Amino acid sequence: MGKKDLIGGSLWDQYSRQVVERMNHPRYRGELTQADAEKAGGKLIVADWGAESCGDTVRLYWIVDEKTDKILDARFKSFGCGTAIASSDVMAQMCIGKTVDEAVKITNLDVEFALRDEPTKPAVPPQKMHCSVMAYDVIKKAASVYSGKSIGDYDEEEIVCECARVSLSTIKEVIRLNDLKTVEEITEYTKAGAFCKSCIRPGGHEKRKYYLEDILRETRKEMDAEKEAAAEPAFDTLTLIQKLKRIETVLDEEVRPILSRDGGGVELEDIKEENGELNLYIGYRGACRGCAAGQSGTMLMIQQKLRERLDSKISVYSL
Amino acid sequence: MSERIYFDNNATTRTDDRVAEAMAPFLTEKYGNPNSLHEFGTEARRPLSEALDRLYAGIDAADEDTIIINGCATEGNNTVLKSAWISQILNGSKKQIIISKVEHHSVSHTAEFLTAQGVEIIELPVNRCGVADADALKELIDPDKTALVSVVWANSETGLINPIRRLCETAHENGVLFHTDAVQAVGKLPVSVREVPVDYLTFTAHKFHGPKGVGGLYLKNGAPFVPLLHGGDQMGGLRSGTVNTAGAVGMGLALELAVAALPYENTVVRGLRDAFEDEVLKIDGTFVVGDRSLRTPNTSFISFKGIEGEAMLWDLNREGLAASTGSACASESLEANPLFEAMNLNKDLSHTGIRFSLSRMSTEEEVVRAVEIVGRAVKRLRSISTDTNA
Repeated sequence: MGKKDLIGGSLWDQYSRQVVERMNHPRYRGELTQADAEKAGGKLIVADWGAESCGDTVRLYWIVDEKTDKILDARFKSFGCGTAIASSDVMAQMCIGKTVDEAVKITNLDVEFALRDEPTKPAVPPQKMHCSVMAYDVIKKAASVYSGKSIGDYDEEEIVCECARVSLSTIKEVIRLNDLKTVEEITEYTKAGAFCKSCIRPGGHEKRKYYLEDILRETRKEMDAEKEAAAEPAFDTLTLIQKLKRIETVLDEEVRPILSRDGGGVELEDIKEENGELNLYIGYRGACRGCAAGQSGTMLMIQQKLRERLDSKISVYSL
Repeated sequence: MSERIYFDNNATTRTDDRVAEAMAPFLTEKYGNPNSLHEFGTEARRPLSEALDRLYAGIDAADEDTIIINGCATEGNNTVLKSAWISQILNGSKKQIIISKVEHHSVSHTAEFLTAQGVEIIELPVNRCGVADADALKELIDPDKTALVSVVWANSETGLINPIRRLCETAHENGVLFHTDAVQAVGKLPVSVREVPVDYLTFTAHKFHGPKGVGGLYLKNGAPFVPLLHGGDQMGGLRSGTVNTAGAVGMGLALELAVAALPYENTVVRGLRDAFEDEVLKIDGTFVVGDRSLRTPNTSFISFKGIEGEAMLWDLNREGLAASTGSACASESLEANPLFEAMNLNKDLSHTGIRFSLSRMSTEEEVVRAVEIVGRAVKRLRSISTDTNA
């Protein structure tokens, strides 16, 4: 927050002149027909993307030269706001002259960049970035119509934030490398979540497969688990003294409280390591001394607790 | 270029010239603080008292009731909901507040804030006609738990009027307090707090040709109330802060003028709105939300099939016609409009609605031009649209 955020920019004032010009006079709006395709000697491709109930739809028309895969001509139609129309218009223009494989490499960031008046000044305000995403998605759809491949084949990686095109792996990586603890930090590092904010948590502008809050929580959980594992070396790599301490801890936490309820107790009398096996010799105290279960149930219970918590190669014997 | 046309009067209105003129002296030579002892202060007291007389008369309030002059309706709505929380819920005597599903953000976002404080917020749905229903309220209300019912008098988007008297009666039958946000009703419809005995009512001057930055909060005599602002005990200690004399004078006169103009609003403005609506609805693929008889006389919320709302506003604005949209294209949320949902309207249409709101300053010539502008915008945008059936 600060002076510039108090009134908030007027949405339309933040559009570049190019966005305004293309909204007012889109050059590539309209349709291409079968007759147009035959005349140009290419194949007509029509692709739809989006839903009116979500506020945006776009239809892309291509004529593709089947020998060279080159896009000879392109047009669009759009049910969308000014930035959606302007983005679709520049996207259609960018397709012309490219091969289909080249066209699918056009991203929403390229579209937005092409609409800028100055290289460093965004063409649209942050909350409008998602309008250019549609223009990008429909290209993949058109490519899949042309090639017969599934649309998923054109997704190189899992994208979490469509507006800023930030992938799942990138987000996990920055969280780990920089030890990030908040979504705001992720946004600062990657720009993910800075625009339409849909990817931060459910309930935003559109439904997403992944949300930054969940990714952050899951990644932090993984990091914590790894840290814990790293802090506690595996039991079989410990020295005998260290093993002894860990065994005492388990006896304190899990065994002695049970025995003391009946007025009994247990002490470790001896410990022997033989061929990777660890044999423990215990002596009972109090009420446990002379109790029949000391040689069976109680002893097995102690052995099981130690095996669960420490190592399956532990055996317990009563002296 | 011809004159711009302003059909966005539900957002704000032009201050009436007579109101601006009446306010001017209190910004220039009579700038005293009405709470001061000297003459600069005392000379502001009588005009302030006259302004209160006009406000009381404007909503037909009894002298033993209270009208607090505050900053805006958002302040009024916040104060009422938070007061109910502090006086009835924090002390454990009640648990919940009922609000309708079609409230302005100053109520619904305050309710969200209160949810985070542990208040149970219950939403009263609207029926197929788009209005809140007293029978539905009867089902939801719980005399042991409900602290307050708050329902907007008229919806700002569609102009749909809620049956406030019946809703208020239902609340009172259950011993529950009733609040209404009446910003879109005061100055457009007859509002009498004697005939509709609400406990709390909020309004704001700039919706009826008064200035921005001043509003009113009506409290029925005896209604529990906790002030939001503490300080110098202005407004009898109920709303501290130096009184906005010029604003209060302006609001008083603006309300008097608006109430005097109600017959004009109900005949001429209604006639202009109906004529505009009739002409626009001749365009294929258009429809208006809400029965005319259930709406404020100045408002039409019209859907244009195949045309996204913001794109429509863009084209209208290029030709000098100001309207607004309920579409959330630029917002961070695209939740389906609860009103559209309740009225079983096609959800494809939820991004195509444009609100046109007229006022007593609108003219027939403007209506004629506006119809032409709308026609041209629809033609151009449909030529771009993917919706070929439009």
